[in-house]
Amino acid sequence: MVAQTTDNATDQAALRAKNVSVYYGSSLAVRDVSLDIPKNQVVAFIGPSGCGKSTILRCFNRMNDLIPAARVDGEITFHGRNLYDRAVDPVQLRRRIGMVFQKPNPFPKSIYENIAFGARINGYKGNMDELVEQSLLKAAIWDEVKDKLKESGLALSGGQQQRLCIARAIAIAPEIILMDEPCSALDPISTLRIEELIHELKQQYTIVIVTHNMQQASRVSDMTAFYNAEATETGNKIGYLVEYDRTQKIFKEPAEQATQDYVSGRFG
Amino acid sequence: MTYQNEGAETTGSTSSFEVNMSTRYKIDTVFKYATWAAVVVAIVVLVVLLVDVAVDGLPRLSWQFLSSMPSRKPEEAGLLSALVGTVWVMILVALICFPIGVGAGIFLEEFSKDTWFSRAIEININNLAGVPSIIYGLLGLQVFVRWLEPVTGGRSILTGAATLALLVLPIVIVATRESLRAVPDSLRQAGFALGATRWQVVREHVFPLALPGILTGTILALSRAIGETAPLITIGALTFISFLPPLDNPIEGVQSPFTVLPIQVYNWVSRPQAEFHTNAAAGIIVLMVVLLAMNATAVILRNKFQKQA
Repeated sequence: MVAQTTDNATDQAALRAKNVSVYYGSSLAVRDVSLDIPKNQVVAFIGPSGCGKSTILRCFNRMNDLIPAARVDGEITFHGRNLYDRAVDPVQLRRRIGMVFQKPNPFPKSIYENIAFGARINGYKGNMDELVEQSLLKAAIWDEVKDKLKESGLALSGGQQQRLCIARAIAIAPEIILMDEPCSALDPISTLRIEELIHELKQQYTIVIVTHNMQQASRVSDMTAFYNAEATETGNKIGYLVEYDRTQKIFKEPAEQATQDYVSGRFG
Repeated sequence: MTYQNEGAETTGSTSSFEVNMSTRYKIDTVFKYATWAAVVVAIVVLVVLLVDVAVDGLPRLSWQFLSSMPSRKPEEAGLLSALVGTVWVMILVALICFPIGVGAGIFLEEFSKDTWFSRAIEININNLAGVPSIIYGLLGLQVFVRWLEPVTGGRSILTGAATLALLVLPIVIVATRESLRAVPDSLRQAGFALGATRWQVVREHVFPLALPGILTGTILALSRAIGETAPLITIGALTFISFLPPLDNPIEGVQSPFTVLPIQVYNWVSRPQAEFHTNAAAGIIVLMVVLLAMNATAVILRNKFQKQA
Protein backbone atom coordinates (compact mmCIF):
# COMPACT_ATOMS: atom_id res chain seq x y z
CA MET A 1 0.00 0.00 0.00
CA VAL A 2 2.83 2.35 0.83
CA ALA A 3 4.61 1.46 -2.41
CA GLN A 4 1.60 2.22 -4.52
CA THR A 5 2.36 5.23 -6.67
CA THR A 6 -0.18 7.23 -8.51
CA ASP A 7 -0.53 10.82 -9.53
CA ASN A 8 -4.08 10.87 -8.45
CA ALA A 9 -4.09 13.05 -5.34
CA THR A 10 -7.18 11.31 -4.05
CA ASP A 11 -5.38 8.04 -3.51
CA GLN A 12 -2.44 9.71 -1.88
CA ALA A 13 -4.44 11.12 0.97
CA ALA A 14 -3.88 9.15 4.15
CA LEU A 15 -6.59 11.12 5.88
CA ARG A 16 -9.21 13.40 4.44
CA ALA A 17 -11.13 15.80 6.65
CA LYS A 18 -14.27 17.32 5.22
CA ASN A 19 -16.23 20.06 6.98
CA VAL A 20 -15.12 18.94 10.40
CA SER A 21 -16.49 20.93 13.33
CA VAL A 22 -15.90 20.08 16.98
CA TYR A 23 -18.19 21.06 19.84
CA TYR A 24 -17.54 20.90 23.55
CA GLY A 25 -21.00 20.71 25.06
CA SER A 26 -22.99 23.34 23.22
CA SER A 27 -20.09 25.61 22.33
CA LEU A 28 -18.34 25.36 19.01
CA ALA A 29 -14.56 24.95 19.35
CA VAL A 30 -13.42 24.52 15.74
CA ARG A 31 -15.52 25.06 12.67
CA ASP A 32 -15.56 23.66 9.21
CA VAL A 33 -12.07 22.28 8.68
CA SER A 34 -11.39 20.52 5.39
CA LEU A 35 -7.96 19.24 4.44
CA ASP A 36 -6.15 16.21 3.02
CA ILE A 37 -3.18 14.67 4.78
CA PRO A 38 -0.97 13.19 2.01
CA LYS A 39 0.72 9.84 2.52
CA ASN A 40 4.33 9.73 3.67
CA GLN A 41 4.52 13.41 4.22
CA VAL A 42 4.84 15.58 7.27
CA VAL A 43 1.98 17.98 7.82
CA ALA A 44 2.43 20.75 10.38
CA PHE A 45 -0.46 22.48 12.16
CA ILE A 46 0.45 25.97 13.32
CA GLY A 47 -1.51 28.82 14.82
CA PRO A 48 -2.07 30.76 18.04
CA SER A 49 -3.24 29.10 21.25
CA GLY A 50 -6.88 28.09 21.30
CA CYS A 51 -7.21 27.90 17.53
CA GLY A 52 -8.18 24.24 17.63
CA LYS A 53 -5.15 22.63 16.00
CA SER A 54 -4.76 20.07 18.80
CA THR A 55 -8.49 19.51 18.83
CA ILE A 56 -8.48 18.61 15.14
CA LEU A 57 -5.43 16.40 15.66
CA ARG A 58 -7.27 14.51 18.38
CA CYS A 59 -10.18 13.90 16.05
CA PHE A 60 -7.89 11.89 13.79
CA ASN A 61 -7.55 9.04 16.29
CA ARG A 62 -10.79 9.75 18.13
CA MET A 63 -9.08 10.71 21.37
CA ASN A 64 -11.84 13.32 21.69
CA ASP A 65 -14.20 10.42 22.39
CA LEU A 66 -12.66 10.30 25.86
CA ILE A 67 -13.98 13.76 26.65
CA PRO A 68 -17.65 13.13 27.47
CA ALA A 69 -18.97 16.48 26.20
CA ALA A 70 -17.04 16.51 22.90
CA ARG A 71 -18.93 16.06 19.64
CA VAL A 72 -17.54 15.92 16.10
CA ASP A 73 -19.48 16.89 12.99
CA GLY A 74 -18.39 16.31 9.43
CA GLU A 75 -16.37 13.52 7.96
CA ILE A 76 -12.82 12.23 8.28
CA THR A 77 -12.02 9.59 5.72
CA PHE A 78 -9.40 6.95 6.40
CA HIS A 79 -9.11 4.09 3.88
CA GLY A 80 -12.36 5.14 2.30
CA ARG A 81 -14.32 5.07 5.49
CA ASN A 82 -15.55 7.76 7.82
CA LEU A 83 -13.69 7.50 11.14
CA TYR A 84 -16.84 8.48 12.95
CA ASP A 85 -18.87 5.73 11.35
CA ARG A 86 -20.69 3.51 13.81
CA ALA A 87 -18.84 0.51 12.44
CA VAL A 88 -15.40 1.96 13.19
CA ASP A 89 -13.99 0.78 16.49
CA PRO A 90 -11.96 3.58 18.09
CA VAL A 91 -9.77 1.11 20.00
CA GLN A 92 -8.78 -0.65 16.79
CA LEU A 93 -8.37 2.66 14.99
CA ARG A 94 -5.87 3.96 17.54
CA ARG A 95 -3.52 1.11 16.77
CA ARG A 96 -3.35 2.27 13.15
CA ILE A 97 -3.16 5.97 13.96
CA GLY A 98 -0.65 6.43 16.77
CA MET A 99 -0.06 9.45 18.93
CA VAL A 100 2.82 11.21 20.68
CA PHE A 101 1.90 13.72 23.35
CA GLN A 102 3.09 17.13 24.39
CA LYS A 103 4.64 16.02 27.65
CA PRO A 104 6.64 12.78 27.43
CA ASN A 105 4.45 10.22 29.19
CA PRO A 106 6.26 6.87 29.38
CA PHE A 107 4.59 4.28 31.58
CA PRO A 108 6.27 4.00 34.98
CA LYS A 109 7.61 0.61 33.96
CA SER A 110 10.73 -0.74 32.34
CA ILE A 111 11.84 0.55 28.96
CA TYR A 112 11.21 -2.91 27.53
CA GLU A 113 7.71 -3.05 28.96
CA ASN A 114 6.93 0.42 27.62
CA ILE A 115 7.41 -0.92 24.09
CA ALA A 116 6.00 -4.38 24.66
CA PHE A 117 2.71 -3.23 26.19
CA GLY A 118 1.12 -1.96 22.99
CA ALA A 119 2.25 -5.00 21.04
CA ARG A 120 0.99 -7.42 23.68
CA ILE A 121 -2.48 -5.94 24.03
CA ASN A 122 -2.85 -5.88 20.26
CA GLY A 123 -2.04 -9.56 20.03
CA TYR A 124 1.44 -9.35 18.51
CA LYS A 125 2.62 -12.85 17.64
CA GLY A 126 6.21 -12.28 16.57
CA ASN A 127 9.40 -12.18 18.58
CA MET A 128 8.96 -9.53 21.26
CA ASP A 129 12.68 -8.95 21.88
CA GLU A 130 13.17 -8.26 18.20
CA LEU A 131 10.23 -5.89 18.04
CA VAL A 132 11.52 -3.93 21.03
CA GLU A 133 14.95 -3.63 19.45
CA GLN A 134 13.58 -2.65 16.04
CA SER A 135 11.27 -0.02 17.50
CA LEU A 136 14.00 1.50 19.64
CA LEU A 137 16.34 1.48 16.63
CA LYS A 138 13.80 3.27 14.46
CA ALA A 139 13.28 5.87 17.16
CA ALA A 140 17.06 6.44 17.31
CA ILE A 141 17.32 5.62 20.97
CA TRP A 142 18.54 2.01 20.91
CA ASP A 143 22.21 2.82 21.46
CA GLU A 144 21.40 4.84 24.55
CA VAL A 145 19.15 2.28 26.22
CA LYS A 146 20.23 -1.14 24.96
CA ASP A 147 22.08 -1.93 28.19
CA LYS A 148 19.28 -0.85 30.49
CA LEU A 149 16.09 -2.23 29.01
CA LYS A 150 14.99 -3.40 32.44
CA GLU A 151 15.31 0.04 33.97
CA SER A 152 12.38 2.39 34.40
CA GLY A 153 11.42 4.55 31.45
CA LEU A 154 11.14 7.44 33.88
CA ALA A 155 14.89 7.31 34.58
CA LEU A 156 15.59 8.69 31.09
CA SER A 157 16.02 12.36 30.25
CA GLY A 158 13.07 14.29 28.81
CA GLY A 159 14.28 14.00 25.24
CA GLN A 160 14.98 10.30 25.61
CA GLN A 161 11.56 9.78 27.16
CA GLN A 162 9.94 11.44 24.17
CA ARG A 163 11.88 9.21 21.76
CA LEU A 164 10.84 6.24 23.89
CA CYS A 165 7.24 7.38 23.43
CA ILE A 166 7.80 7.56 19.68
CA ALA A 167 9.32 4.06 19.75
CA ARG A 168 6.26 2.91 21.69
CA ALA A 169 3.98 4.38 19.04
CA ILE A 170 5.98 2.78 16.21
CA ALA A 171 5.99 -0.65 17.85
CA ILE A 172 2.38 -1.34 16.97
CA ALA A 173 2.99 -0.55 13.29
CA PRO A 174 0.70 2.43 12.76
CA GLU A 175 0.19 4.06 9.39
CA ILE A 176 -0.08 7.58 10.72
CA ILE A 177 1.63 9.18 13.71
CA LEU A 178 0.02 12.22 15.30
CA MET A 179 2.37 14.44 17.30
CA ASP A 180 0.92 17.04 19.62
CA GLU A 181 3.68 19.60 20.23
CA PRO A 182 6.19 16.80 20.82
CA CYS A 183 9.11 19.14 21.51
CA SER A 184 7.50 21.85 23.63
CA ALA A 185 8.85 20.33 26.86
CA LEU A 186 12.34 19.65 25.48
CA ASP A 187 15.62 21.52 25.25
CA PRO A 188 16.95 22.62 21.81
CA ILE A 189 19.32 19.66 21.39
CA SER A 190 16.66 17.08 22.18
CA THR A 191 14.32 18.99 19.88
CA LEU A 192 16.82 18.73 17.06
CA ARG A 193 17.12 14.97 17.54
CA ILE A 194 13.35 14.56 17.39
CA GLU A 195 13.22 16.65 14.23
CA GLU A 196 15.89 14.48 12.59
CA LEU A 197 13.88 11.48 13.66
CA ILE A 198 10.73 12.88 12.05
CA HIS A 199 12.65 13.22 8.78
CA GLU A 200 13.57 9.54 8.88
CA LEU A 201 10.17 8.36 9.97
CA LYS A 202 8.33 9.91 7.07
CA GLN A 203 9.81 7.28 4.74
CA GLN A 204 7.50 4.82 6.41
CA TYR A 205 4.80 6.80 8.14
CA THR A 206 2.52 9.73 7.56
CA ILE A 207 3.07 12.34 10.25
CA VAL A 208 0.86 15.16 11.47
CA ILE A 209 2.58 17.48 13.92
CA VAL A 210 1.15 20.34 15.95
CA THR A 211 3.75 22.91 16.82
CA HIS A 212 4.04 26.39 18.29
CA ASN A 213 7.50 26.74 16.87
CA MET A 214 7.39 28.13 13.36
CA GLN A 215 11.03 27.34 12.61
CA GLN A 216 10.21 23.77 13.50
CA ALA A 217 7.24 23.72 11.14
CA SER A 218 9.38 25.10 8.30
CA ARG A 219 12.19 22.63 9.05
CA VAL A 220 10.26 19.40 9.34
CA SER A 221 7.08 19.69 7.33
CA ASP A 222 6.12 19.32 3.70
CA MET A 223 2.69 20.83 4.14
CA THR A 224 1.56 23.42 6.65
CA ALA A 225 -1.91 24.29 7.86
CA PHE A 226 -2.39 27.63 9.53
CA TYR A 227 -5.27 27.91 11.99
CA ASN A 228 -6.59 31.02 13.61
CA ALA A 229 -9.25 31.80 16.17
CA GLU A 230 -11.97 34.39 16.34
CA ALA A 231 -13.69 35.46 19.51
CA THR A 232 -17.45 35.28 19.73
CA GLU A 233 -19.64 37.75 21.60
CA THR A 234 -19.69 35.46 24.62
CA GLY A 235 -15.91 35.39 24.79
CA ASN A 236 -15.48 31.85 23.49
CA LYS A 237 -12.89 31.27 20.83
CA ILE A 238 -13.75 29.47 17.66
CA GLY A 239 -10.88 28.07 15.64
CA TYR A 240 -10.87 27.71 11.89
CA LEU A 241 -8.46 26.76 9.13
CA VAL A 242 -7.08 29.83 7.39
CA GLU A 243 -4.74 28.36 4.83
CA TYR A 244 -3.29 24.99 3.93
CA ASP A 245 -0.55 24.65 1.37
CA ARG A 246 3.01 23.52 0.77
CA THR A 247 5.18 24.66 3.65
CA GLN A 248 7.40 26.72 1.41
CA LYS A 249 4.44 28.61 0.07
CA ILE A 250 2.97 29.24 3.52
CA PHE A 251 6.22 30.71 4.75
CA LYS A 252 7.35 32.54 1.60
CA GLU A 253 4.24 33.73 -0.18
CA PRO A 254 1.05 32.90 1.72
CA ALA A 255 -2.25 33.74 0.10
CA GLU A 256 -3.79 35.24 3.22
CA GLN A 257 -2.68 38.36 5.05
CA ALA A 258 -3.33 36.68 8.44
CA THR A 259 -0.92 33.90 7.58
CA GLN A 260 1.67 36.40 6.45
CA ASP A 261 1.35 38.28 9.74
CA TYR A 262 1.59 35.12 11.80
CA VAL A 263 4.58 33.48 10.12
CA SER A 264 6.51 36.74 10.12
CA GLY A 265 5.83 37.10 13.85
CA ARG A 266 3.72 40.23 13.60
CA PHE A 267 0.92 38.83 15.72
CA GLY A 268 -0.02 35.77 17.74
CA MET B 1 16.98 42.12 59.08
CA THR B 2 18.69 45.16 60.50
CA TYR B 3 19.70 46.11 57.01
CA GLN B 4 16.13 45.92 55.80
CA ASN B 5 14.90 48.01 58.71
CA GLU B 6 17.44 50.66 57.96
CA GLY B 7 16.52 50.57 54.33
CA ALA B 8 12.89 50.97 55.21
CA GLU B 9 13.68 53.89 57.46
CA THR B 10 15.90 55.76 55.03
CA THR B 11 13.32 55.56 52.29
CA GLY B 12 10.48 55.68 54.80
CA SER B 13 8.99 58.97 53.73
CA THR B 14 8.96 58.19 50.03
CA SER B 15 8.28 54.41 50.05
CA SER B 16 4.75 53.08 49.86
CA PHE B 17 5.83 49.86 51.62
CA GLU B 18 5.84 49.44 55.36
CA VAL B 19 8.08 46.36 55.70
CA ASN B 20 7.83 46.06 59.49
CA MET B 21 9.79 42.79 59.79
CA SER B 22 9.88 42.51 63.56
CA THR B 23 6.08 42.35 63.95
CA ARG B 24 5.79 39.84 61.12
CA TYR B 25 8.43 37.59 62.65
CA LYS B 26 6.68 37.90 66.02
CA ILE B 27 3.41 36.66 64.54
CA ASP B 28 5.37 33.89 62.85
CA THR B 29 6.75 32.77 66.21
CA VAL B 30 3.38 32.99 67.94
CA PHE B 31 1.81 30.69 65.39
CA LYS B 32 4.70 28.28 65.47
CA TYR B 33 4.21 27.78 69.22
CA ALA B 34 0.43 27.70 68.95
CA THR B 35 0.56 24.81 66.49
CA TRP B 36 3.27 23.15 68.56
CA ALA B 37 0.99 23.37 71.60
CA ALA B 38 -1.78 21.66 69.63
CA VAL B 39 0.55 18.76 68.89
CA VAL B 40 1.58 18.51 72.55
CA VAL B 41 -2.01 18.41 73.78
CA ALA B 42 -2.89 15.66 71.32
CA ILE B 43 0.16 13.56 72.15
CA VAL B 44 -0.02 14.04 75.93
CA VAL B 45 -3.65 12.92 76.11
CA LEU B 46 -2.83 9.84 74.06
CA VAL B 47 0.26 8.99 76.12
CA VAL B 48 -1.64 9.39 79.40
CA LEU B 49 -4.31 7.00 78.12
CA LEU B 50 -1.78 4.45 76.94
CA VAL B 51 0.28 4.60 80.15
CA ASP B 52 -2.83 4.28 82.29
CA VAL B 53 -3.97 1.21 80.36
CA ALA B 54 -0.49 -0.29 80.38
CA VAL B 55 -0.07 0.15 84.15
CA ASP B 56 -3.43 -1.49 84.80
CA GLY B 57 -3.26 -4.21 82.20
CA LEU B 58 0.33 -5.28 81.59
CA PRO B 59 0.72 -7.33 84.81
CA ARG B 60 -2.42 -9.27 83.87
CA LEU B 61 -1.13 -10.20 80.41
CA SER B 62 0.00 -13.80 80.33
CA TRP B 63 -0.28 -16.88 78.22
CA GLN B 64 -3.08 -18.02 80.47
CA PHE B 65 -5.00 -14.80 79.73
CA LEU B 66 -4.60 -15.25 76.00
CA SER B 67 -5.44 -18.91 75.93
CA SER B 68 -8.40 -19.11 78.30
CA MET B 69 -12.10 -18.87 77.65
CA PRO B 70 -14.19 -16.29 79.53
CA SER B 71 -15.07 -17.25 83.06
CA ARG B 72 -17.06 -16.02 86.03
CA LYS B 73 -13.85 -15.98 88.06
CA PRO B 74 -11.79 -12.97 86.91
CA GLU B 75 -8.43 -14.61 87.59
CA GLU B 76 -9.34 -17.56 85.37
CA ALA B 77 -10.97 -15.54 82.63
CA GLY B 78 -9.25 -15.07 79.28
CA LEU B 79 -10.09 -13.69 75.91
CA LEU B 80 -9.23 -16.53 73.58
CA SER B 81 -12.70 -16.68 72.05
CA ALA B 82 -12.82 -12.91 71.59
CA LEU B 83 -9.35 -12.79 70.02
CA VAL B 84 -10.16 -15.63 67.64
CA GLY B 85 -13.52 -14.01 66.87
CA THR B 86 -11.82 -10.71 66.03
CA VAL B 87 -9.33 -12.42 63.73
CA TRP B 88 -12.09 -14.33 61.92
CA VAL B 89 -14.25 -11.23 61.54
CA MET B 90 -11.41 -9.01 60.34
CA ILE B 91 -10.25 -11.52 57.72
CA LEU B 92 -13.81 -11.81 56.42
CA VAL B 93 -14.34 -8.04 56.47
CA ALA B 94 -11.18 -7.58 54.41
CA LEU B 95 -12.25 -10.32 51.98
CA ILE B 96 -15.69 -8.78 51.53
CA CYS B 97 -14.97 -5.05 51.53
CA PHE B 98 -11.75 -4.99 49.48
CA PRO B 99 -13.08 -6.47 46.22
CA ILE B 100 -16.49 -4.80 46.47
CA GLY B 101 -15.15 -1.42 47.58
CA VAL B 102 -12.32 -1.33 45.06
CA GLY B 103 -14.60 -2.61 42.31
CA ALA B 104 -17.19 0.07 43.02
CA GLY B 105 -14.49 2.72 43.17
CA ILE B 106 -13.03 1.67 39.83
CA PHE B 107 -16.44 1.64 38.20
CA LEU B 108 -17.40 5.07 39.49
CA GLU B 109 -14.07 6.65 38.65
CA GLU B 110 -13.06 4.98 35.41
CA PHE B 111 -16.12 3.53 33.72
CA SER B 112 -19.28 5.39 34.66
CA LYS B 113 -20.44 8.32 32.61
CA ASP B 114 -21.06 11.62 34.30
CA THR B 115 -24.86 11.48 34.63
CA TRP B 116 -27.18 12.74 37.34
CA PHE B 117 -27.46 9.15 38.52
CA SER B 118 -23.72 8.70 39.05
CA ARG B 119 -23.54 12.07 40.78
CA ALA B 120 -26.38 11.04 43.08
CA ILE B 121 -24.50 7.84 43.93
CA GLU B 122 -21.35 9.81 44.61
CA ILE B 123 -23.04 12.19 47.05
CA ASN B 124 -24.74 9.32 48.83
CA ILE B 125 -21.58 7.29 49.25
CA ASN B 126 -20.05 10.25 51.06
CA ASN B 127 -23.20 10.46 53.18
CA LEU B 128 -23.04 6.75 53.97
CA ALA B 129 -19.56 7.23 55.42
CA GLY B 130 -21.12 9.48 58.05
CA VAL B 131 -24.06 7.27 59.07
CA PRO B 132 -23.85 6.20 62.75
CA SER B 133 -22.67 2.64 63.09
CA ILE B 134 -25.66 1.54 65.15
CA ILE B 135 -27.83 2.08 62.07
CA TYR B 136 -25.69 -0.46 60.23
CA GLY B 137 -26.26 -2.77 63.18
CA LEU B 138 -30.03 -2.49 62.70
CA LEU B 139 -29.61 -3.09 58.98
CA GLY B 140 -27.47 -6.16 59.66
CA LEU B 141 -30.02 -7.46 62.14
CA GLN B 142 -32.82 -7.30 59.60
CA VAL B 143 -30.97 -8.33 56.46
CA PHE B 144 -28.27 -10.76 57.56
CA VAL B 145 -29.68 -12.18 60.81
CA ARG B 146 -33.30 -12.51 59.71
CA TRP B 147 -33.69 -12.54 55.92
CA LEU B 148 -30.45 -14.27 55.07
CA GLU B 149 -30.40 -16.65 58.00
CA PRO B 150 -30.08 -19.78 55.83
CA VAL B 151 -26.86 -18.37 54.40
CA THR B 152 -25.36 -16.58 57.36
CA GLY B 153 -26.55 -18.88 60.11
CA GLY B 154 -28.12 -16.03 62.08
CA ARG B 155 -26.02 -14.28 64.70
CA SER B 156 -22.81 -15.53 63.23
CA ILE B 157 -19.29 -14.47 62.32
CA LEU B 158 -20.43 -14.03 58.72
CA THR B 159 -23.27 -11.73 59.77
CA GLY B 160 -20.92 -9.64 61.88
CA ALA B 161 -18.33 -9.43 59.11
CA ALA B 162 -20.91 -8.53 56.47
CA THR B 163 -22.34 -5.80 58.70
CA LEU B 164 -18.92 -4.33 59.43
CA ALA B 165 -17.95 -4.61 55.76
CA LEU B 166 -21.02 -2.54 54.82
CA LEU B 167 -20.06 -0.04 57.49
CA VAL B 168 -16.55 0.53 56.15
CA LEU B 169 -17.34 0.08 52.45
CA PRO B 170 -17.78 3.84 51.85
CA ILE B 171 -14.30 4.46 53.27
CA VAL B 172 -12.76 1.96 50.86
CA ILE B 173 -14.73 3.32 47.91
CA VAL B 174 -13.80 6.93 48.62
CA ALA B 175 -10.12 6.04 49.15
CA THR B 176 -10.09 4.02 45.92
CA ARG B 177 -11.58 6.88 43.94
CA GLU B 178 -9.15 9.40 45.36
CA SER B 179 -6.16 7.18 44.59
CA LEU B 180 -7.38 6.60 41.04
CA ARG B 181 -7.96 10.32 40.57
CA ALA B 182 -4.36 10.99 41.64
CA VAL B 183 -3.01 8.93 38.73
CA PRO B 184 -2.07 11.41 35.98
CA ASP B 185 -4.45 11.42 33.04
CA SER B 186 -1.50 11.46 30.65
CA LEU B 187 -0.93 7.77 31.47
CA ARG B 188 -4.49 6.86 30.54
CA GLN B 189 -4.14 8.81 27.31
CA ALA B 190 -0.87 7.03 26.53
CA GLY B 191 -2.61 3.69 27.01
CA PHE B 192 -5.63 4.60 24.91
CA ALA B 193 -3.44 5.99 22.14
CA LEU B 194 -1.82 2.56 21.83
CA GLY B 195 -5.16 0.92 21.21
CA ALA B 196 -5.84 -0.32 24.72
CA THR B 197 -9.36 -0.83 26.00
CA ARG B 198 -10.41 0.88 29.17
CA TRP B 199 -9.97 -2.27 31.22
CA GLN B 200 -6.46 -2.80 29.83
CA VAL B 201 -5.54 0.76 30.72
CA VAL B 202 -6.94 0.41 34.23
CA ARG B 203 -5.50 -3.03 34.83
CA GLU B 204 -1.98 -2.38 33.53
CA HIS B 205 -1.30 1.25 34.28
CA VAL B 206 -3.79 2.99 36.51
CA PHE B 207 -4.53 0.37 39.15
CA PRO B 208 -0.90 -0.52 39.99
CA LEU B 209 -0.14 3.15 40.62
CA ALA B 210 -3.24 3.60 42.73
CA LEU B 211 -2.79 0.42 44.74
CA PRO B 212 -0.63 1.86 47.56
CA GLY B 213 -3.24 4.55 48.20
CA ILE B 214 -6.05 2.02 48.02
CA LEU B 215 -4.27 -0.17 50.58
CA THR B 216 -3.86 2.80 52.90
CA GLY B 217 -7.59 3.46 52.66
CA THR B 218 -8.33 -0.19 53.35
CA ILE B 219 -6.12 -0.12 56.46
CA LEU B 220 -8.05 2.88 57.73
CA ALA B 221 -11.31 1.08 57.03
CA LEU B 222 -10.21 -2.10 58.84
CA SER B 223 -8.89 -0.07 61.77
CA ARG B 224 -12.32 1.42 62.11
CA ALA B 225 -14.02 -1.97 61.83
CA ILE B 226 -11.85 -3.66 64.46
CA GLY B 227 -12.94 -1.21 67.16
CA GLU B 228 -16.66 -1.25 66.40
CA THR B 229 -18.89 -2.53 69.20
CA ALA B 230 -22.34 -1.08 68.72
CA PRO B 231 -23.38 -2.74 65.45
CA LEU B 232 -22.16 -6.13 66.66
CA ILE B 233 -24.11 -5.86 69.87
CA THR B 234 -27.15 -4.91 67.82
CA ILE B 235 -26.91 -7.97 65.62
CA GLY B 236 -26.55 -10.03 68.79
CA ALA B 237 -22.93 -11.06 69.07
CA LEU B 238 -22.72 -12.87 72.39
CA THR B 239 -20.55 -11.80 75.27
CA PHE B 240 -19.97 -15.23 76.67
CA ILE B 241 -18.52 -17.67 74.16
CA SER B 242 -16.72 -20.65 75.52
CA PHE B 243 -15.89 -22.48 72.32
CA LEU B 244 -14.02 -21.73 69.09
CA PRO B 245 -15.42 -21.90 65.57
CA PRO B 246 -14.36 -25.18 63.93
CA LEU B 247 -11.39 -24.64 61.63
CA ASP B 248 -11.75 -27.86 59.66
CA ASN B 249 -15.09 -26.76 58.21
CA PRO B 250 -14.90 -23.09 57.17
CA ILE B 251 -18.59 -22.89 56.25
CA GLU B 252 -19.65 -24.09 59.65
CA GLY B 253 -16.92 -21.86 61.08
CA VAL B 254 -18.24 -18.62 59.66
CA GLN B 255 -21.75 -19.56 60.71
CA SER B 256 -20.75 -19.95 64.37
CA PRO B 257 -21.80 -17.53 67.09
CA PHE B 258 -18.93 -15.28 68.13
CA THR B 259 -17.68 -12.42 70.20
CA VAL B 260 -14.95 -9.89 69.50
CA LEU B 261 -12.39 -8.04 71.61
CA PRO B 262 -14.26 -4.72 71.99
CA ILE B 263 -17.38 -6.56 73.15
CA GLN B 264 -15.35 -8.59 75.63
CA VAL B 265 -13.72 -5.42 76.96
CA TYR B 266 -17.11 -3.70 77.19
CA ASN B 267 -18.47 -6.68 79.07
CA TRP B 268 -15.60 -6.72 81.57
CA VAL B 269 -15.71 -2.97 82.16
CA SER B 270 -19.37 -3.19 83.09
CA ARG B 271 -18.74 -5.78 85.83
CA PRO B 272 -18.54 -4.52 89.43
CA GLN B 273 -15.38 -6.43 90.42
CA ALA B 274 -12.10 -4.50 90.10
CA GLU B 275 -10.31 -7.62 88.83
CA PHE B 276 -12.48 -7.60 85.73
CA HIS B 277 -11.48 -3.99 85.11
CA THR B 278 -7.85 -5.16 85.10
CA ASN B 279 -8.88 -7.79 82.56
CA ALA B 280 -10.45 -5.06 80.46
CA ALA B 281 -7.20 -3.06 80.47
CA ALA B 282 -5.28 -6.15 79.39
CA GLY B 283 -7.89 -6.75 76.70
CA ILE B 284 -7.41 -3.22 75.40
CA ILE B 285 -3.67 -3.87 75.11
CA VAL B 286 -4.33 -7.04 73.12
CA LEU B 287 -6.75 -5.16 70.86
CA MET B 288 -4.14 -2.49 70.21
CA VAL B 289 -1.46 -5.06 69.45
CA VAL B 290 -3.76 -6.76 66.92
CA LEU B 291 -4.53 -3.38 65.37
CA LEU B 292 -0.84 -2.46 65.14
CA ALA B 293 0.04 -5.84 63.65
CA MET B 294 -2.67 -5.38 61.04
CA ASN B 295 -1.48 -1.89 60.17
CA ALA B 296 2.13 -3.05 60.00
CA THR B 297 1.18 -5.80 57.55
CA ALA B 298 -0.61 -3.30 55.38
CA VAL B 299 2.30 -0.84 55.49
CA ILE B 300 4.70 -3.61 54.43
CA LEU B 301 2.36 -4.60 51.58
CA ARG B 302 2.06 -1.00 50.51
CA ASN B 303 5.82 -0.44 50.45
CA LYS B 304 6.25 -3.59 48.44
CA PHE B 305 3.81 -2.38 45.78
CA GLN B 306 5.26 1.11 45.81
CA LYS B 307 8.69 -0.25 44.98
CA GLN B 308 7.30 -2.21 42.07
CA ALA B 309 5.60 0.81 40.56
